[in-house]
Order: sequence, then C-alpha cells, then structure tokens
Amino acid sequence: MYKALVNVTLRKSILDPKGKAAREALHNLGYSTIEDVRIGKFIEINIKADSEKEAEAIARDACSKLLANQVMEDFTIQITKV
Amino acid sequence: MTIGVLVFPGSNCDHDAYHALKHVMGVETKFIFHKETDLSGIDAIIIPGGFSYGDYLRSGAIARFSPVMQAVQEFAAKGGPVLGICNGFQILLESGLLPGAMLHNQQLRFTCKQIYLRTESRNTVFTSEIPQNKILKVPVAHGEGNYYADEETLKKLIENDQIIFRYVGPNGENDSNYNPNGAIQNIAGICNESRNVLGMMPHPERAMESILGSSDGKYIFESLLKSLITA
Repeated sequence: MYKALVNVTLRKSILDPKGKAAREALHNLGYSTIEDVRIGKFIEINIKADSEKEAEAIARDACSKLLANQVMEDFTIQITKV
Repeated sequence: MTIGVLVFPGSNCDHDAYHALKHVMGVETKFIFHKETDLSGIDAIIIPGGFSYGDYLRSGAIARFSPVMQAVQEFAAKGGPVLGICNGFQILLESGLLPGAMLHNQQLRFTCKQIYLRTESRNTVFTSEIPQNKILKVPVAHGEGNYYADEETLKKLIENDQIIFRYVGPNGENDSNYNPNGAIQNIAGICNESRNVLGMMPHPERAMESILGSSDGKYIFESLLKSLITA
C-alpha cells in the first residue's frame, strides 16, 4: 500500500484572493516579513499498487482527471510506502 | 417539444427552471435525474443552478462524471441545445463542453443581486429573439462566478464570437464596477464553437415575471423555443 500526498494550488499566473486576504490579515498581526501566501488543497490518497511508480501513475491520472482542474490549478504528488 | 431539466443532488434552481418553462412559457418540461442515461425525446437540456454534490472538490467537478452528463455530452455533440445556468455553467466548464474555468468571486463573498447584461451575440439559439441593444436585467447568485480563461482561449472566444453576455451598467455602460465577481473582460456567458451550448452565471429563469422584478429572462427561453419550432 502506498500513500500519495497531493497538493493542489492555483496556478502562479492566477490571483489567489483567499491567499491575499490571509496575507493581509498576517500583515495586520505584525508578520511584516511574510511576503506571499497561497492557499490550496491537500489531498491524501491510499493506493493499492505493486510499486511506487505504479502508485504515482495512478495518482497522477486521478489528479489530471478529477482532483485538479489544470485550466486553473497545478498539483504536486509525493508518494510514500505505508 | 419537450425540455429536460437536469436534477443533481444539491440542485436548487431546478424547480425555478421547471416553473419558467412549464408554467410561464407553457412548454412540456421534464425533470431528468442525474442517474438517467437516456435523453431520447428531449429537445433541449437545461442544467440548472445550485450546489451539485455540495460543490465538493470544485463546483461542478463531481457532477461532470454523473451518468446523465455522459448522455449530455453525446446530446451536445449531435447539436442538441444545452443551456447551463450558474452551477450549470460551472458543470459545462468542468466537463470541457465550454472552455475556461471558474474562480472564487474576487471579493470572496457570495453575491446575490440584480445585474445588467449586454448581449454580445444574437447568433445562438438562446439569444436570437433578444431585441437589438436591449439591456437585460437578470439576477446573479453565486460565490464562484469569476470566469477565467488563458490568453489563448480568450483570443479564440473573441475571434469566434463566443462571448455571448457581458456585465454592464443599467444603460449598457462598459464599467468593471458593474461586474459582480471579477470575471475576465466582464464575461457573464459564453457558448461553444458550434454555438449550441451556452453557459451563463446570471439566472434568466428567475427573471420571468415582472412582479418578481424582471421578465427579461423570457427572451432567452423564447429564443430557444422559437428555434425548436422552426428546426
């Protein structure tokens, strides 16, 4: 069994209004050194697969088809054996 | 002639659309459950607003894979008219029947109010009967209506005359202050290249009777019905 840790974020070219609102709030709290905040989604998937490579291919397919909308989002996948 | 109104778990404008078509326009209208796969006998499809599948993951992302949407893909490919309103527009974007994507409203708030629309193209089965230069008063009610398309897609939309509605002022003013969600180029509605699939964020089905604020939405359904009669 493998675990895929998926991060989905808005593409860099797209303004992230939630991230911007959080950054403003952090600035109000005095975190003046925080330059940028981007908010995305974290998705954890357990996959039955024979190898890490196979698990990653399945996770990548699932991301492209459903979990991320590549018109506006990017994703990263991290695979660990469990 | 029969119009089909799709029903997903979480649809909440399905009855408004049914009322608009059946009682105001007087046309045979049927609800079509999301598990259906047979659209035979249906002449046009309305994908209504709401929160299909609770808007989980992304608005429209889960609905896109429902059995009925596979049938709608085939229906649209054969040239059948499909109108997606609000969440229906989001579902059409997720399913790839229309290009682009929907971001959260720029102001991060759910926005519910009357807005004004300019018809940019009357060359669709949904807009042919809208009087020239008529500014439509129709309500919006959404949290994710900030239409986005990359530059290349946008260029294609303009070249092919696929931008159908833009947000404007009450007298047709071009001013982004009248844009309720931050949508790129004040876009409120677009169609596909074949011009038989239209997606729009505003709710024409809620603007059918002047006692409720506006009857401008009727032009859109009148256009559709006329095209079906003459087809």
